[in-house]
Amino acid sequence: MMEESLLPMETKWNPGVPGIPAPTVGASHALPEGGKQVAAGAPFAVEARSFSFWYGANQALADISLTITTRQVTALIGPSGCGKSTFLRSINRMNDLIPNTRHEGELLLEGGSVYRPDQDVVLLRRRVGMVFQKSNPFPKSIFENVAYGPRVNRLVQGRRQLEGLVERSLRQAALWDEVKDRLEKSALGLSGGQQQRLCIARALAVSPHILLMDEPASALDPIATQKIEELIYELKDQYTIVIVTHNMQQAARVSDVTAFFYLGKLVEVGRTEEIFTNPKNDQTEAYITGRFG
Amino acid sequence: MRPTPDSAGALDLSGRSRRGLLSLFPSRTRGNLADQVYAVLVRSMGIVLPLLFGFIVLRIGVAAWPAIRSFGPAFVTSTDWNPVAREFGALPFIYGTVVSSFLALAIAVPLAVGLAIFLTELAPRWLAAPVAFATELLAAIPSVVYGLWGIFVLVPFLRSAVQEPLAATLGGAIPFFAGPAYGFSMMSGAVILSIMIVPFISAVTREVLTAVPRDQREAALALGATRWEMTWQVAIPYALPGILGGAILGLGRALGETVAITMVIGNRPDIARSILAPGYTMASVLANEFSEATGDLYLSALMEVALLLFGITILVNVIAQLLVWRVSLRGGR
Ligand SMILES: Nc1ncnc2c1ncn2[C@@H]1O[C@H](COP(=O)(O)OP(=O)(O)O)[C@@H](O)[C@H]1O
Ligand SMILES: [Mg+2]
Repeated sequence: MMEESLLPMETKWNPGVPGIPAPTVGASHALPEGGKQVAAGAPFAVEARSFSFWYGANQALADISLTITTRQVTALIGPSGCGKSTFLRSINRMNDLIPNTRHEGELLLEGGSVYRPDQDVVLLRRRVGMVFQKSNPFPKSIFENVAYGPRVNRLVQGRRQLEGLVERSLRQAALWDEVKDRLEKSALGLSGGQQQRLCIARALAVSPHILLMDEPASALDPIATQKIEELIYELKDQYTIVIVTHNMQQAARVSDVTAFFYLGKLVEVGRTEEIFTNPKNDQTEAYITGRFG
Repeated sequence: MRPTPDSAGALDLSGRSRRGLLSLFPSRTRGNLADQVYAVLVRSMGIVLPLLFGFIVLRIGVAAWPAIRSFGPAFVTSTDWNPVAREFGALPFIYGTVVSSFLALAIAVPLAVGLAIFLTELAPRWLAAPVAFATELLAAIPSVVYGLWGIFVLVPFLRSAVQEPLAATLGGAIPFFAGPAYGFSMMSGAVILSIMIVPFISAVTREVLTAVPRDQREAALALGATRWEMTWQVAIPYALPGILGGAILGLGRALGETVAITMVIGNRPDIARSILAPGYTMASVLANEFSEATGDLYLSALMEVALLLFGITILVNVIAQLLVWRVSLRGGR
């Protein structure tokens, strides 16, 4: 219905002039409610409506209804196996790689249905950056890692422009000063924390609108973790960030909104300070205070 | 005192030594006599096999020594192989072995790698499994059956459908394809070798492609790469050393293959420029002439050919192992 009307905008989506790091959200979005057009900066970057997800017979998400606001940090918390990663990986359809999965309900990215049959998954993923739990740089040079996205999406012409974009992305990821003299060295020679920031730079280089982070700091030491958190704080002016974390303090520190998942269900969502100081649900309270199970 | 690994090797059934054995050969059941006998057996195999290897090298070396001494380096540079005149130059065989094997590789690698990419990256599971199985069956066909099929099917087909048209068209301009079309030729040998090594190369390639970590693939896809771009820009470069290793493993097999190629290559100890002309390989000359070799020097010359073949294949296999190893190490990072 109204998703179809979005198609031209979807396919013509332009990642923007590489010179401008801040992504400009498309000219207009159809808001689900009432289907009226709203101006740039539509409040909802992601909206799930009764979204359910199955791996074979195993239901991982049940009836999730959740809106994720533009240019805010939304933290997904909950015990292991409650479906946080599944939800995150549905947004950029990473779960497509897993056979025998199915879904029900609606998942909208900037107003357009993610699972629409004619959705161009490649275009969808260009709007969504992803940072994984375990840093996964390519076994290439630092430069080539960051350059991969712009190259594969043909975002730049010529070496100069590419170099500029790589530098800007590395600066955004607060990594430039540490690697500017060794751009041609292998990315695998970096420390764990640096590798993870490199992966963030790599994701930023294609100017995504949304950044999905699945426990980005869980494998890092406290100092590297702090750097990632500072980075998230820096980036939230320009990006919509969804972060999965096991670390309550981290969720409290970096996020504006917190959503608590339990057994595939969304139990509670609200302003982070609300959730952490005055949770409405007993399960939420039990979880954030560590009295769980 | 803790038992040293060495003390465990002796057939000492005291409790202490048994612990040593168990720590060397962990077993799910409690140590009993069968376990210990088995452990000793495995250990001795570990010692015997390298010894056997060394013994073979030594034995061939000793047998080849008279030829090495009388011909020196000329053995590998001379093209005259005339046992009656006691002239022994192995270059035509070395040439035949190397050229047929590399031609086979040139044919087999694109086929095998393409097949492996199709099976691991593109084909749906219901199709991939049977096709992979069928390819692996190719490796189970006895060499002599390939040879017979070569004589009755492949050689006549190549002669009429490939070699004759090739000689008639390109033959004049490119000496590589100059006529006459013999049928039994370097080309036939290379083609049959290539069919025989495709299963190995594609099996190794499939394995290393499957070993490419999922997070590497996901990283590329999440950046907006298509499946195709992900395969070519991330998965294959990651697996490349392993694919190279697979190719070299195939090369190793091609170098040593004997019966099938002997049946189709024509067995003429010449270095012909055209691949449509017959050739001869090191393995073939050993198989053909060993039983009728008269005279010690003739036998010794054949032994030197064997030694050379042995050296080349071992070198090739070591390189292959190192390459495959490198990939699996990196994969386990
Ligand atoms: N690839 C998969 N195949 C089958 N089941 C899966 C797969 N990934 C996750 N699951 C299941 O889905 C549920 C939610 O998992 P996940 O989203 O990874 O949870 P979380 O990230 O919150 O720890 C779990 O029960 C898990 O076992
Ligand atoms: Mg998870």
